[in-house]
Amino acid sequence: MNRHLLSMNDLDRQDILAILGTAESMHDVQRREVKKLPTLRGRTVVNMFFEDSTRTRSSFELAGKWLSADVINISGKGSSTSKGESLRDTVRTVAAMGVDGFVIRHSASGAVHQVSEWVDAVVINAGDGTHEHPTQALLDAYSMRQRLGDLEGRHVAIVGDLTHSRVLRSNLICLKTLGAHVTVVAPPTLMPGGIATWAKNEGFDTSYDFDAVLPTVDAVMMLRVQRERMSGGFFPTEREYTVGYGLTRERLRSLQKHTVILHPGPMNRGLEIATDAADAAQSLVLDQVSAGVAVRMSVLYHLLAGEGTVA
Amino acid sequence: MTRPDFVPPSDGRSADQSAETARVVMSSGDVSRALRRVAHEILERNKGSQDLVLLGIPTRGVSLARRLVAVMAEVEGQEVPCGALDITLHRDDLRRQPIRGVEHTTIPAPGIDDKTVVLVDDVLFSGRTVRAAMDALSELGRPQAVRLAVLVDRGHRDLPIRADYVGKNLPTSRSERVQVCVAAYDGLDEVRISGGER
Repeated sequence: MNRHLLSMNDLDRQDILAILGTAESMHDVQRREVKKLPTLRGRTVVNMFFEDSTRTRSSFELAGKWLSADVINISGKGSSTSKGESLRDTVRTVAAMGVDGFVIRHSASGAVHQVSEWVDAVVINAGDGTHEHPTQALLDAYSMRQRLGDLEGRHVAIVGDLTHSRVLRSNLICLKTLGAHVTVVAPPTLMPGGIATWAKNEGFDTSYDFDAVLPTVDAVMMLRVQRERMSGGFFPTEREYTVGYGLTRERLRSLQKHTVILHPGPMNRGLEIATDAADAAQSLVLDQVSAGVAVRMSVLYHLLAGEGTVA
Repeated sequence: MTRPDFVPPSDGRSADQSAETARVVMSSGDVSRALRRVAHEILERNKGSQDLVLLGIPTRGVSLARRLVAVMAEVEGQEVPCGALDITLHRDDLRRQPIRGVEHTTIPAPGIDDKTVVLVDDVLFSGRTVRAAMDALSELGRPQAVRLAVLVDRGHRDLPIRADYVGKNLPTSRSERVQVCVAAYDGLDEVRISGGER
């Protein structure tokens, strides 16, 4: 396994299965009365979130704490970044205090990769711009496997705002490695440039027709319409988006019985996903959140517990 | 030897020794007889099977615990709850080794609170595994008592820990390797000793 987790490409099939396997044991710990393991005692993990986050940040924090690591949180707002300090200076300053691991979210694609070149500590990508969000892909895979079993040969639709999605890229890599077949669905304006070549190289399908894809899938992953990254013009009205690409009550009925629904959150209820679908029995939305802690515990364990993990 | 690659060597050391230097110290029959005796001893000391819970330490300890439970069922006509207790996350040498996979911990339904928990492992050596197991147990509940049953006690303790039930005391030198094979993983029951300056 690589020292850092910057991209899903850092993990081969064996690594992914090892992380998901350990996550199952971590999930048991999460359900216990005493949620504490001594595994990372004496290790220090810094969560640096230069972009807003609820679930990723709090789940990384819980994951670290349940493994007995010392965890501190630094957010972009209220740190010296807002006084104009560069990212390089900020992380090197914190690293100089003697930190073993960085969990970083940043709005610029590639920023986390750069940090890994500036510090000796282990660096984990918690989402960089529109590039990758590897722990999200891992927890999605974990949640799907809990319900569907092995993902080999399963058909997964990833639907929605593909252009601005870092979850998409990580999931495409992860699902391909696990042998699932992916169809990405979006209106033409939200398909990333060059998707046709990308799809050909990576062996996934693309479609503009949600209704045609829907009845054949084992899992449907709805991506959030990222209003904060949109400067208008991607679709005429929200209503029109919902009609074409929202998981509405009508579409919920056309799903197969075993098909599961995922959403990385936060959800825009009524826009990309109807309340009926978000709260349906086949929805994994809360399972994903719960899996998030277990998977992140597992990632911290694999990257920070063993020999040679501290510089 | 037919052993799946993912099963770690039974004494926690690398198992790269060549087969010809290994000498068999317990045959399949010896292992069965020892397990039978240990099962009886546990029942005798506990005055029956009430409030007993057996927890095997993965991987081979789990299989040995199941075997003990099977013997106990024969004797007492009652199924003793049996589970697995993985200690990987409690090891004190995590930082000295490459990452290990984590095995499943399964605690039987009645739980371990106020029970007599018998930890079952294949080899007792430094005692560090047992120390880790006791830490792991304390996070899962509060047993009335914790006992230790091992198939082989090879000596050389680093910690003040002693087994309550021993299949065989095996005097060894530190440089020797003890390898326990159990039918469920290795296709046969056998204890071998190898290496060392002989």
